[in-house]
Amino acid sequence: MTTKNILVFGEVEKGRLAPITKELLGGARRLSDQVGAGVNLLVAGALSGESLQDAAEFGTDIIYHATDPGYGEFSSDAYSFLAVELCKKIDPVLCLMGQTDLGRDIAPRIAARLGAGLCMDCVEVRFDPAQNIFVQTRPAFGGKALAEFSSPAGKLQVNTIRAKSMEPAATQAGRKSELMEIKEGPDPSAIKTKLVSVKVLETDGIKLEEAKIIVAGGGGLGSAEGFTIIKELADALGGVIGATRVPVDENWVPLSIEIGQTGKIVSPDLYIAIGISGAAQHITGMVSSKKIVAINKDPDANIFKISDLGLVADYKTVVPVLIEKIKESAR
Amino acid sequence: MEIIVCIKPVLDPDLPPAKFTVDGKKNEVIPPEGVPFVMSPYDALAVEAALRIKEAQGGKITVLTQGTKYAEEIMRKALAMGADEGVILSDPAFEDSDGFGTAHVLAQTVKKIGKFDLILCGRQAADWDAGVVGSLIAEYLNIPVVIRAKSIEVLDGVLKIERISTNGSEVFELGLPALVTLSSEMGQVRIPSGWGIISAAKKQVPKWGATDIGTDPSQTGAAAAVNRLVKLYVPVYERKCEMVTGKDPAEAAARLTEKILAIKP
Ligand SMILES: Cc1cc2nc3c(=O)[nH]c(=O)nc-3n(C[C@H](O)[C@H](O)[C@H](O)COP(=O)(O)OP(=O)(O)OC[C@H]3O[C@@H](n4cnc5c(N)ncnc54)[C@H](O)[C@@H]3O)c2cc1C
Ligand SMILES: Nc1ncnc2c1ncn2[C@@H]1O[C@H](COP(=O)(O)O)[C@@H](O)[C@H]1O
Repeated sequence: MTTKNILVFGEVEKGRLAPITKELLGGARRLSDQVGAGVNLLVAGALSGESLQDAAEFGTDIIYHATDPGYGEFSSDAYSFLAVELCKKIDPVLCLMGQTDLGRDIAPRIAARLGAGLCMDCVEVRFDPAQNIFVQTRPAFGGKALAEFSSPAGKLQVNTIRAKSMEPAATQAGRKSELMEIKEGPDPSAIKTKLVSVKVLETDGIKLEEAKIIVAGGGGLGSAEGFTIIKELADALGGVIGATRVPVDENWVPLSIEIGQTGKIVSPDLYIAIGISGAAQHITGMVSSKKIVAINKDPDANIFKISDLGLVADYKTVVPVLIEKIKESAR
Repeated sequence: MEIIVCIKPVLDPDLPPAKFTVDGKKNEVIPPEGVPFVMSPYDALAVEAALRIKEAQGGKITVLTQGTKYAEEIMRKALAMGADEGVILSDPAFEDSDGFGTAHVLAQTVKKIGKFDLILCGRQAADWDAGVVGSLIAEYLNIPVVIRAKSIEVLDGVLKIERISTNGSEVFELGLPALVTLSSEMGQVRIPSGWGIISAAKKQVPKWGATDIGTDPSQTGAAAAVNRLVKLYVPVYERKCEMVTGKDPAEAAARLTEKILAIKP
């Protein structure tokens, strides 16, 4: 039996539902109430009882859990196969996934196989009841523009959603959902790439995406040592460091702390941008931060246009004072 | 190795936001006068990756671009970098294709060329930033795909790809033929030599249309687009920035600290 449904692609981190999945469930729940559809969640791999309960309380109606070891680690080939098989069976009106490693990888592939509509990196998905269609908004041109797309009625939509653009669902304690196990593994002929090794750059402490305070450095820091200085500032504030593309390309910092269109999307309470010019591709990843402070030696730097507080100075002369004063205030 | 590289001309992504304007009626970007389009930076990396493979083990590089405006210019650039041949896919029936339509044109072209071991694309075109065309071509040709590669090795007919992921990287092995998209972590793109520019200028670049590659007109162009652009606009993010000053940098920094402490969560 199939009923109208929205299918969310769940991601699991350390056995629990990832923040993006909670956001997607929030978005799916709101849309489903307008569309008159149920919310289904597809997850693969190891899941704890708590995360299953989370899923239910975040508004999932049916959880499809793929338990075959073939889905134990992310494989674009295996997950594309899994998603297509499930979509054929339950015929969703909308597939929502994060603009993550998983979403970037499988969204176009399953859209091609299912003849679906496709929209990547959406910051909003609306339902237009008059036309019975979904309307997507996404950044384009490195974030310099926003584009709105309309999708044809009656055709499945596959949409990836940018982190932090959908409000997570409110939990409803004790809410129940149905659990369906998918026991079959992927068809071996579908697996064309073999994962041979994984390198994880572990972040010590708070994750960038979840940090309340971020001190980010750009090309203006001039060297890896510059990041040692701003790390001290971040530590004094109880925050973490981030970076633009330039320090990553220069190998001063690892790729895992890049912020922006091709890096991480963050929205901390406080974002301090040091030696950052404010290119569109960077701004698009941090502009929704609650408070933005910029330190830049160029008074005309674009970053000041989107900041609440600004200081025109060479960071080398002012950041040590900031560190000193903040440490003082903590005593 | 027969390598095919797909490149796209785009409005320079480094164009400052102040120079970026949109025609709200036509839902189009208004390119500023005198600013030429460039080869999408990730596509330049794909050309670079192809050249490195060719240098290591020989082969031929064929570059494809679908479009009319600036197609010739970026094609000459790719040839000047060292690519062997190029084909421009240009037909009114291809114009304003979405990702599916573009992938259809490129996949049909690959089929017409026939012989290939590896197709390289950029991770995303630096205009619409979709990042789908590579994966779609791979689906249409039913070949393996790895996206966002930082390095490519070919050993005895097996591809070894390291690709970036959110928190690090992953290494994959796959057989040929295959499609790989390139990310900026791959490194620096070479600058064409004077000799490269001269020899590129002499090369013939054929233009193929719908009848040459046998595409079905119902699958390309604006009319075939699945999701349609209904609005394009410039978002306004501006905040009122309070500039903190002082008699010297130290005083200004001290004042800024107080203000930061006041808003610190
Ligand atoms: C398709 C595409 C995707 C991209 N994705 C991303 C992305 O995800 N994230 C990202 O960040 N970038 C991205 N970029 C790159 C982006 O366009 C910019 O090049 C980059 O953000 C610039 O980084 P920056 O501001 O640190 O460096 P720069 O532009 O070099 O600016 C340095 C700034 O530091 C200031 N400065 C210099 N010295 C000092 C000093 N001593 N004290 C104080 N200030 C100083 C200068 O005035 C200047 O404003 C992308 C680009 C493209 C084309
Ligand atoms: N018109 C085109 N001509 C040739 N290659 C293209 C074209 N459009 C996209 N591509 C290739 O597909 C990649 C991804 O594009 P996109 O999915 O549009 O972000 C680009 O980096 C190019 O390698």
